[in-house]
Amino acid sequence: MPVSPPGPRKSAWSARFWAGFVACGIVLVLVVPILNLWVPPNSVVAVPDYLVPLLGKYLCYGLLALSLDLIWGYAGILSLGHGAFFALGGYCMGMYLMRQIGTRGVYGNPLLPDFMVFLNWKELPWFWWGFDHFAWAAAMVMLVPGLLALVFGWLAFRSRVTGVYLSIITQAMTYALLLAFFRNDMGFGGNNGMTDYKDILGWDVHQPSTRLGLYVASVVALGLGYLLCRFIISSKLGRVLLALRDAESRVRFLGYSVTNAKLFVFTVSAVLAGIAGALYVPQVGIINPSEFSPGNSIEIAIWVSVGGRGTLSGAIVGAVLVNLAKTWLTGVAPETWLFFLGALFVLTTLVFPRGIVGLLRQARWTRARATAGVPAGEQA
Amino acid sequence: MNAAPLRTETLLYLNGVTVSFDGFKALNELSLIVEDGELRTIIGPNGAGKTTMMDVVTGKTRPDAGEVFFRGKADLSRLDEAAIANLGIGRKFQRPTVFENLTVFENLELSLTDSRGTLRTLFARSTPDRRDRIAATLARIGLTEQSGQPAGSLSHGQKQWLEIGMLLIHDRTLLLLDEPVAGLTDRETEKTAELILDLARDRTIVVVEHDMAFVRSLGAKVTVLHEGSVLAEGSIDHVQNDPRVIEVYLGR
Repeated sequence: MPVSPPGPRKSAWSARFWAGFVACGIVLVLVVPILNLWVPPNSVVAVPDYLVPLLGKYLCYGLLALSLDLIWGYAGILSLGHGAFFALGGYCMGMYLMRQIGTRGVYGNPLLPDFMVFLNWKELPWFWWGFDHFAWAAAMVMLVPGLLALVFGWLAFRSRVTGVYLSIITQAMTYALLLAFFRNDMGFGGNNGMTDYKDILGWDVHQPSTRLGLYVASVVALGLGYLLCRFIISSKLGRVLLALRDAESRVRFLGYSVTNAKLFVFTVSAVLAGIAGALYVPQVGIINPSEFSPGNSIEIAIWVSVGGRGTLSGAIVGAVLVNLAKTWLTGVAPETWLFFLGALFVLTTLVFPRGIVGLLRQARWTRARATAGVPAGEQA
Repeated sequence: MNAAPLRTETLLYLNGVTVSFDGFKALNELSLIVEDGELRTIIGPNGAGKTTMMDVVTGKTRPDAGEVFFRGKADLSRLDEAAIANLGIGRKFQRPTVFENLTVFENLELSLTDSRGTLRTLFARSTPDRRDRIAATLARIGLTEQSGQPAGSLSHGQKQWLEIGMLLIHDRTLLLLDEPVAGLTDRETEKTAELILDLARDRTIVVVEHDMAFVRSLGAKVTVLHEGSVLAEGSIDHVQNDPRVIEVYLGR
């Protein structure tokens, strides 16, 4: 019998983890730029210029999926409005990029973006103040989604709105924002959104080198976001979250504030989604209200469940794989995409509810048990 | 009943507590006093208000009328569950509710008396002192070997003990146990009674139970609830011979 019981779980920060993490980082940061810059364009392994922002976009989706997995996989909060935080981050970045256009717009107005000139506006609305500075815009990218999540979450979690009811009101939230941003009076470009960006921090957004820079920034953001999420879930707070996912009222009777714990991860998650949106916008070149559409938010939940909910890495894998499939399929047979997506979701739920990464982990675990001479299936 | 002691001298003080659900009075002017260090058993037929009484004390249900005080000072009818738990009142539910996806060790770790704040839990570290306390509790509830197992894989009886262990490690002053032997085998029931008597030496315990043999084996003062208020109070022999109790229990 052991004198002292083993610690909580295997350390989340083992040498093995760091080796894998650094290896993934090196592959993502170095391989794509090398294949893009130094391999002749006609080579099989070359990464053409158009592919770089596409890969960057996938990584932004990966960060977005990661943010949803943090709250859904670990705290049981299924937000079906996470696209809203992503879009708000994107809009903050879009506003900065619009202000960078300066006199190069169609109307040549040094202060007002084209859509405001077109609407006959005379001056910049107050909430556009400061967006000509990158630092201000970067702060807003995190503050705006974070504050919305804080207020929305406080109201919802304090009133103990959980489960499907919470999912529904998050859908309502993103839908309300969709309608609001459609209006020209809002001052965010209405239906058309914002586009025709020229440069970011002085670099031309259309230049391949800028796009590589944005790609690398996306890798870094994804890596840091992953470490942050891993830190949270491997802390004692992470175990409080897992506990409240399974038996919320029991956690209250133990003396923990369920409201505060949920509010904390929900806000962190919204900030991560906002950062993902901000990196996404300069790579795709446009932000418009369709990013708020409820369907987008549901799609994020599908990425996470395909990759494996409650695994973190699975969310990223799911987002990248599903979007690769989307890019390919919408090119080959666009009308089949939604059927494919629906089928994928049904299949995941029925056949492999733990997702791709969950399935791999289970296989590895079963094999480890088999070699240790313990019959499989003894423990669920 | 004898003259009620002063509110300030009691550990748990309920006076005239009424809770109604859609007109049905689950508690009807219930008055109940538990003294510091006491082991009390509460019995009563289904719907007598036993679980509602626990809900009121732990902050899950707000009383419509009446006073609920802990240590004579803290007004429990105004606090939420987490605040009440942090005052030192612990509760074990009727159905064992342990965190199935956490290990036995982690279940106890979450119950330790420290860092309840969200940010403090984010940076909390596992220290040798904490591990020792968990090890001691594991030994006391007899689950040392199961330490690393997910709590979901435990047997029903083991889950009950784990839940008691979770209350134990928190150093609560007052434990409320809701039917701790429901669904247990005779051997497990015996072991649970021993565990409760052991715990009762250094804290106050209120046990709600149906099983008369078990109540007898605890040998404590018994309160009989009926239709939301106290019907009789005293030793087990006293209440079992009370004609009103016999009528309520046997008369239908």
